[in-house]
Amino acid sequence: MNAQDAIVKLLWLAPVLPLATGGVCALLKRRHRAAAASLAIGSVSASLLLAVWALAATVREPDPVRHVVNFNWFQAGNAWIGLGWVLDPLSAVMLVMVALVSLLIFVFSVGYMAHDENFTRFFCFLSLFAGAMLGLVIANSLLLLFGCWELVGLTSYLLIGFWYHKPSAAAAAKKAFITTRIGDLAFLLGMIWLYAETGTLLFYDQGRGCLEQSALNLLALRTAGLGVAVATAVGLLLFLGAMGKSGQVPLHVWLPDAMEGPTPVSALIHAATMVAAGVFLMARVHPLVAMTDADIKPTGLYAQSIPGDAAACRPGGVQKIPITPPGQAGHDLNLPVDPNAPGRTTVSTALKVVTWVGVLTALFAASVAVAQTDIKRILAYSTVSQLGFMMLGLGTGGVAVGMFHLITHAFFKALLFLGAGSVIHGCHEEQDIRRMGGLGKLMPVTFSTYAIGMMALSGVPILFSGFWSKDEILHAAHGWPVSRLPFLIAVLAALLTAFYMTRQICYVFLGVWRGSPGNAGDPRKVTAPSHAGRDTSSSGGLPHESPAVMTVPLLVLAVGSVVLGFFGTPAWPWFQGFLLGRRESLELGRLLAGGTLGLMALSALVAGVGILVGYWLYGRRPPGAADESDPLEHFHPAVFSVLRRKYCFDELYDVALVRPTAAFARACHWADQVLWGGAVRAVSRVTTALSWASRLVDEYFVNAGFDRVCDGLSRGGGHCSRFQNGQPQRYLRAIAVGLLVLALLLLWGCRTV
Amino acid sequence: MSDLPLITILTLTPLLGGFLVMGLGAGRWPLARWLALACSFVVLALCLVISARFDPAAGVMQFGERHQWIASLAVDYRVGLDGLSLLLVLLTALVTPMAILASWHIERQAQIYHGLVLLLQAGLFGTFTALNFFHWFLFWELSLVPAFFLIRLWGSPARSAAATQFFVYTMVGSVGLLLAFLAMFLATRTFDFLELAKLGREGALVQALADTLGWRDLTVRRLAVVIFGGAFLGFAVKVPLIPFHTWLPATYAEAPTGVTMLLTGLMSKMGVYGFLRILLPLFPEVMRWLTTPLLVLAVLTIVASAGAALAQRDLKRMLAYSSINHLGYCLLGIFAVLNSPGSASGSLTHQSAALSGVLLQLFNHGLTAATLFAFIGFLENRAGGRRGLDDFGGLRKVAPVFCGLMGIAVFSSLGLPGLNGFISEFLIFQGAFPLAPWAASFSLLGLLLTAVFLLRLLQRVFYGPLNEKWVALADLSVGERALVAPPLILMLLIGVYPQPLLAAVNATVIRMLEGGG
Repeated sequence: MNAQDAIVKLLWLAPVLPLATGGVCALLKRRHRAAAASLAIGSVSASLLLAVWALAATVREPDPVRHVVNFNWFQAGNAWIGLGWVLDPLSAVMLVMVALVSLLIFVFSVGYMAHDENFTRFFCFLSLFAGAMLGLVIANSLLLLFGCWELVGLTSYLLIGFWYHKPSAAAAAKKAFITTRIGDLAFLLGMIWLYAETGTLLFYDQGRGCLEQSALNLLALRTAGLGVAVATAVGLLLFLGAMGKSGQVPLHVWLPDAMEGPTPVSALIHAATMVAAGVFLMARVHPLVAMTDADIKPTGLYAQSIPGDAAACRPGGVQKIPITPPGQAGHDLNLPVDPNAPGRTTVSTALKVVTWVGVLTALFAASVAVAQTDIKRILAYSTVSQLGFMMLGLGTGGVAVGMFHLITHAFFKALLFLGAGSVIHGCHEEQDIRRMGGLGKLMPVTFSTYAIGMMALSGVPILFSGFWSKDEILHAAHGWPVSRLPFLIAVLAALLTAFYMTRQICYVFLGVWRGSPGNAGDPRKVTAPSHAGRDTSSSGGLPHESPAVMTVPLLVLAVGSVVLGFFGTPAWPWFQGFLLGRRESLELGRLLAGGTLGLMALSALVAGVGILVGYWLYGRRPPGAADESDPLEHFHPAVFSVLRRKYCFDELYDVALVRPTAAFARACHWADQVLWGGAVRAVSRVTTALSWASRLVDEYFVNAGFDRVCDGLSRGGGHCSRFQNGQPQRYLRAIAVGLLVLALLLLWGCRTV
Repeated sequence: MSDLPLITILTLTPLLGGFLVMGLGAGRWPLARWLALACSFVVLALCLVISARFDPAAGVMQFGERHQWIASLAVDYRVGLDGLSLLLVLLTALVTPMAILASWHIERQAQIYHGLVLLLQAGLFGTFTALNFFHWFLFWELSLVPAFFLIRLWGSPARSAAATQFFVYTMVGSVGLLLAFLAMFLATRTFDFLELAKLGREGALVQALADTLGWRDLTVRRLAVVIFGGAFLGFAVKVPLIPFHTWLPATYAEAPTGVTMLLTGLMSKMGVYGFLRILLPLFPEVMRWLTTPLLVLAVLTIVASAGAALAQRDLKRMLAYSSINHLGYCLLGIFAVLNSPGSASGSLTHQSAALSGVLLQLFNHGLTAATLFAFIGFLENRAGGRRGLDDFGGLRKVAPVFCGLMGIAVFSSLGLPGLNGFISEFLIFQGAFPLAPWAASFSLLGLLLTAVFLLRLLQRVFYGPLNEKWVALADLSVGERALVAPPLILMLLIGVYPQPLLAAVNATVIRMLEGGG
């Protein structure tokens, strides 16, 4: 067994180790803090080692190939439901990212959560999350992916509501679970539909998987009604699931509220990994989503019209399935885009929807972020916006473009959130950026790493990863054959991104400290305890730099935010090539081809303008007091107020969903009490009335009649009884009378004869 | 040993145990309690022996016993077990000791209480194993009588009306059932389920009914529907199917918790069992004519009960509606199975998925719902009978283990992957969607609403600031943990590895669908 096969066979350990740790931690008592933290960190380190091994094995593979291990899970009638895991470039890259970011955030949490009484429980949930997320990444079955998807949703619910005594946290947790569940049910429906058509939920299975050509042909040929191919319908249903998880408009409402959770949770789950699961799902099922009639190709396999192959028992061995790089007319636009190449002109309906939803989300969330004042909510809206960018990249440029931004974003957004956590920690639980200021001098490490994250997110050219990944997206959007509008919207969103990040950094790190020393920030939080058992003795005094256990992860992430970009530049698109199964070499010439340089310049210009405007408004003369109104408010108070209120989405939901649901519940209750219950009561009344009637008939008719008959009988009997009074004289007299009568009769009779 | 009449022993053990326990004097109720528990464990062991010796590959009735009883009425004592019966017998054996333990605090007339619980168990065993209508019906009614007295004598304040409603309602259904079977007996001169099923499959039952019961000018079809309707009423009330359900919320809420566990965990399964064992094999044709209205009823049951659960303020009533909702999925699966041409081999795949899901859902729901009610019972005991949604708040602070363990049961009920409920619901939907796409899609709404009200329950009871009244509320005791641990472990095991249970029912499912032996 060579090293490649060994890692493929061992890959299941990567999710199972943290999951098992989560189980063990659940049984630990509260006081075993060190044990819980070391177990969690140890298991996720082991997962990281496995992930790095897996990535190395995949990179060294001479021919691009997918390693798949499938096995039977359970049996239903004549079919077996299979599960499996897959090692291919996509899962390898995600594995390393998830494991590495998880590890860093676990370490950070040791410092951040040090004073929390439920420290042990926190690491239990974090481990469960890491396990489920790693399982999601390596799943070779839509069913397994869905299972892990729901589990990460559960841990997200548990962690958002971690400070359960805060009503806002409890409400946010519930909101997150239910909003994403709307998407999840669409996901479930899409999955069931897919199974009904193809008879399998395995992605890759020696040509029989649901993402392989014969199944795709089938899905593109079948229509679901109204001329829509099943492939489109299923793709859209799965995308609805992705919209819920990845906070795409209009299912984004839970994500900003999810910031009620501890900041490391926001960094890990609600920025770097889980919310990107929707993008990952779209990347995984991209062949299905991108399927059009033009992609139908003959296969050696007979396209089965009915589920049946699922009955075959699968051995647990390793399958090797070659990855075919997409050709000129493949699903992915080749990078860099060559406008003169015979580009693909048919874009699947599902991909169009993905693109439009993505780009609108990007602009929408970026504009909301401009007007927010909570440091974490700004980052939350920024995450929503960037997830929109990823969807846009997937829709216009294919898997590689979307995934590259996913990976770089994971690093710089985790960095920003952890930086925000460090700021919040240093400012004694203050989250309002208006009550900060001047932290640059007080928290130098946090400031410098935060600035790197900010520049990566804003897309500052050359040095920062965000520039390269966002540039790829703009590039792909520019070359989209359907419409030029998404490109323009994306440019605007990128401008806003640079602007709101500059605004935030000016508020937080420049100027003077505007918080009230001696008070733990916001007066709201004095009455409502923000952290249970949190050490409050250190509150008061100026903000302080965080301990090394928190700053070291920041430094590592900062390095990642810079270095990663160089793996995906147009000159050397190694990352994109790796994902698509190609080998790319360094060619500086590509920078000059097809307007690449021009777009890069535009992208740089946009970032520069955003930062300059931001600095001009907020940095030149930083706000002096916390209650000073926002400079933007002066320009257009009405627009600013709409933005600050997040386009009133929460109110809209209240009117459109929450209240109708409550009304529906009341209606069901009413139907139960009045309609069905009333019917039952009516039946019982009628029955009672009938029994009364029957009683009346009994008493006054049947009984009375019976009594009268009885009376008559007894009277008759009385009369008769007189014949039997026991006096012989009377009997003799009667006999004598009888004899006389008989004699007379006989005499009468003889006379006539 | 192989020819021991295991099933008869299984039914007789709790029956005799029940009378023995009741016969103890009022002063010896602690002994009665222990005796009842011991008896239920003996029964559980017996069940495990039976399941170990059950051949899952066979799919036919096993451990059969048949003795002539009343020859003139063609009544035989005939019992047997297939995968469906085995699953429900196992569930009964599992939930009964849980119910006895959950009723441990009852001291008033405890010997009668526990004796009645054992009699109820005997009635259930008889119902799930009988193959002749005559004694099946005896057991069906036998289980009703102890349930009535348990509710009437040990329930909460409004129990009297609830018990009467429960009894009368169910009796009405039973009358319909009895009349339908008398009609079938007149037509076919048999009470035997397997013989009737054979006739039903061949379409001879409907014809025989028409030949012997030319009732006025009803067409053959109408007559069959009327007879079917009688039997349907009996089961629809028991499951229950909306709109035959109004007895349920009051009954579940007023019954003592141990009895609610038996009602929701076991007695509600009798209705679905009737659908599977009697209606489906006997009236396949009639049910196929009526598929659309039946599917509408199933969807209505799923969605309206979830909606009504959302409006409840009493935790027991909320879970009672949730119970209706979960059994609605079973009926969706059963009715969807009928909605197929039946010829294409692909539809067999879907049908068997749906039916496997239904069978597993019976087991899962029994386990999960009984556990959830046990938790509500713990809460009620601590709070002096209070069980309103808004009576608590922040309990996680003082009772973290309570919250965590109840959370597992809640998420199992909600259908979270990794726990048992997901597998069965997934199978039902996976099978039902291709056969009845619209019904399955609408039913998804029920899944969403379930999440809403269950999470609201967690939020109101356990999250938020601690309600001052419950500062001294105790966390779960060792005994309570021991009671809920086995079902919780089973939920996890079935969620991760459901194959043993599915393998046990698989052959039965295929036989039911293909209509073989």
